[in-house]
Amino acid sequence: MSAHADTLTHDSHEAHGHGALSENNFLGLPNIKLAMWAFLGSECMFFGSLIGTYFFYHGNSLSGPLPKDVFSIGITSISTFLLLMSSVTMALGVDAMRQQKPMKARTFILLTAALGACFVGFQVVEFHEFYTEKHLVFAGPNASLFGSTFYTMTGFHGTHVTVGVIWLLIMSVLITKKKLVPGKEAVNVEVMGLYWHFVDIVWIVIFTFVYLLEFLK
Amino acid sequence: MASIADFAAAQKPIYHQERPSKTGLMDWLTTVDHKKIGILYGGAGLFWLLIGGLEALLFRIQLAKPDQHIFIGDTYNGLVTMHATTMVFLAVMPMIAGFSNYFVPLMIGARDVAFPRMNAFSWWTFFAGSLTINASLLFCGAFPAAGWTGYAPLTTKEFSGMPIDFWWAGLTLLAVSSMVAGVNFVVTILNLRAPGMTLMRVPVLTWMMLVIQFLLAFSFPPVAVGLILLAFDRTFGTVFYSTGMGGDPHLWQHLFWLFGHPEVYVLILPSMGIVSEILPVFTRRPLFGHHAVIFSGVFIGFVGFGVWGHHMFTAGMGPIADAAFASTTAIVAIPTGVKIFNWIGTMYNSKMTFPTAMLFAISFIPMFTLGGLSGMMHASPPLDLQQHDTYFVVAHFHYVLVGGALQGLFAGFYFYMPKISGKMLNETLGKIHFWVFLIGFNVTFFPMHMLGNHGMPRRIYTYPADAGWNTENLLATGGVFLMAGATLLFVYNLITSLKNGKDAGSDPWDANTLEWMTSSPPPVHNFDFTPVVLSERPLWDHKYTPGMEIPVPEQAEEIHMPSPSWKPMWVSASAGLIIVGLLTFSGIAGIPGWPLCIVGALGVIFSVYAWVTEPV
Repeated sequence: MSAHADTLTHDSHEAHGHGALSENNFLGLPNIKLAMWAFLGSECMFFGSLIGTYFFYHGNSLSGPLPKDVFSIGITSISTFLLLMSSVTMALGVDAMRQQKPMKARTFILLTAALGACFVGFQVVEFHEFYTEKHLVFAGPNASLFGSTFYTMTGFHGTHVTVGVIWLLIMSVLITKKKLVPGKEAVNVEVMGLYWHFVDIVWIVIFTFVYLLEFLK
Repeated sequence: MASIADFAAAQKPIYHQERPSKTGLMDWLTTVDHKKIGILYGGAGLFWLLIGGLEALLFRIQLAKPDQHIFIGDTYNGLVTMHATTMVFLAVMPMIAGFSNYFVPLMIGARDVAFPRMNAFSWWTFFAGSLTINASLLFCGAFPAAGWTGYAPLTTKEFSGMPIDFWWAGLTLLAVSSMVAGVNFVVTILNLRAPGMTLMRVPVLTWMMLVIQFLLAFSFPPVAVGLILLAFDRTFGTVFYSTGMGGDPHLWQHLFWLFGHPEVYVLILPSMGIVSEILPVFTRRPLFGHHAVIFSGVFIGFVGFGVWGHHMFTAGMGPIADAAFASTTAIVAIPTGVKIFNWIGTMYNSKMTFPTAMLFAISFIPMFTLGGLSGMMHASPPLDLQQHDTYFVVAHFHYVLVGGALQGLFAGFYFYMPKISGKMLNETLGKIHFWVFLIGFNVTFFPMHMLGNHGMPRRIYTYPADAGWNTENLLATGGVFLMAGATLLFVYNLITSLKNGKDAGSDPWDANTLEWMTSSPPPVHNFDFTPVVLSERPLWDHKYTPGMEIPVPEQAEEIHMPSPSWKPMWVSASAGLIIVGLLTFSGIAGIPGWPLCIVGALGVIFSVYAWVTEPV
């Protein structure tokens, strides 16, 4: 028995996350955090497939317009900047929650949601402009492969940002109602942060490889 | 030795829930108990196994003799498509999910999975998906008929009708279910292990379950993307699979097989795990090369992501890609061989007993090896070009999936049912089941090797009498009847055992692992106290190795169990509503379906909010 004592250092009765289950906790990590990492791995495959599809078809369109004809780097740089800044406010929100300052955390969370909403707003404007002025069509008889792949890929990213914004808003309501309090539940904000940063990183990949590389000579 | 029973007699654990479990039907609808969800999955899997078998029986009747016209054209194609779709997604996968649900928490000494309500959500989403796929028969009067691989552009609107909409809708729901379950069980196995259960002490079956959960979480997204693109093509008129607009038929094949090949390892690895659990018990030995068996399983999981192109040798990927995929595919033989030799090593020169579970486990090895050997032939592009789309391939994957996966699951049923129901299955009926099934299986599928080599292609509904394929086809059809009879006998055995079976007791096989430490069936909280694990065979060492007893705590534990919940079903139903909205997007009889998407999305937001604010 004593020979195995070294393997028994983990406390089995410590509950984690919001559940008060009598649970084992072998790795000493909250379940919810581990789950988010696994989920983000799954999401990597999801966006990898979407971005892969875009590049698989890159240059295959039989009709115009072409990427160079529609992208306006200036506008998209602004929305990209806003999304990058939202990662800063998200990190500050996570930090405030850790420091037991829920109201400060809520402010940063709402700020993050606002920046995210701005990004989505920019995307709506961009889609509208591409469609009406540059005649990049998603579906139907005038659609092109570029249109279908571009709108689907960036649309799914925009959907992820939208889901994130809704999640942030729900979280701020829960903080207001004191249903989400610092301490053990701070990890929920941290997990939200992981998701948010991931969505941000996906956009960095899309902006670099889909938008910027188009103009590389 | 007697200390565990003493504990149970002396100390009742202090046990509470936020809300008490319901009773009767309401209990099954709201349960978040991994054991009940496991039973639901297993029951659904058995049901669809019978349906999928019936479909096979019907098209084998059509093929029994040349020039028959019983099920032809799209009816035949529909039967073949649904046979494969049903067997892969609705029979074998849920049976695996059933074993995974029921036994993973028990094997690692946990009270439940990491996210019990997410687990219920997986089940209800699976349930909705299984109904959706089959609903095409109800609403369109026909089955999807594009093959289980659903190659686009064959599945686009130009070439396929409404049933394909049900197919992508159902598969999308199944994909969501599997991805969520994958994340849930990865966390469960990594984090909820009992104290002392280091990774190398995790039972091999649980290890294989861990590998497949990663495969589920990481391989389903590509096919989900493929299905979404297909849905967009069919619903909105995008041009992803439209060759007239520059689309490339390779796209679907890549997305599908990037999922499809890891998927076949999802189907086989759990059965390998079951065999690795059963052999040591009935040889009274530890598993030979225990670590090598685990690592080879992990290796198979990794390599599984790099071999998908061997399904596409005839699609024209070019010599470089062909060579790369041929090499990675050949590499799979190494970890598989490691496992086979370790199983043989476990049995070699041992004092074996032969209950039905052991018979199935032993016959798994040569049957799977036969399938593996013909698989190795397909790793070679020149050979594959000859065999592609012939019955040789059909023989190959049925040896792997029926001789392998299904026999492994049968072994699992005979081995584990006493734990689930508390009753032993009838051994005489079991042995009849085994022999009739084994003979029927070989009579069905062995001749298909010959058929393939004599040039009979897959997916044709009849053949001329002078093609020289008559005897083998008749034999194959006869074999299917043997398999069907054996399977019905098995189901009869399962059902009657619930009433007439001998009481199993907690440890009928004198087994090795933690699940045999608790009563049969286990109580809601699984274990009266959290076991501490001191070796890779904790229960065996508890019984037979002095000084290695599982320590019994002085005091009873306080146990908090999750409460029943409707929320998982709400979220599943809302997600289902989005899918129905997409299915009827442009409207049926003038009523547009797209508002359903909005209602469904709002429903998801609302029920997720209710979910996270609900006390557990």
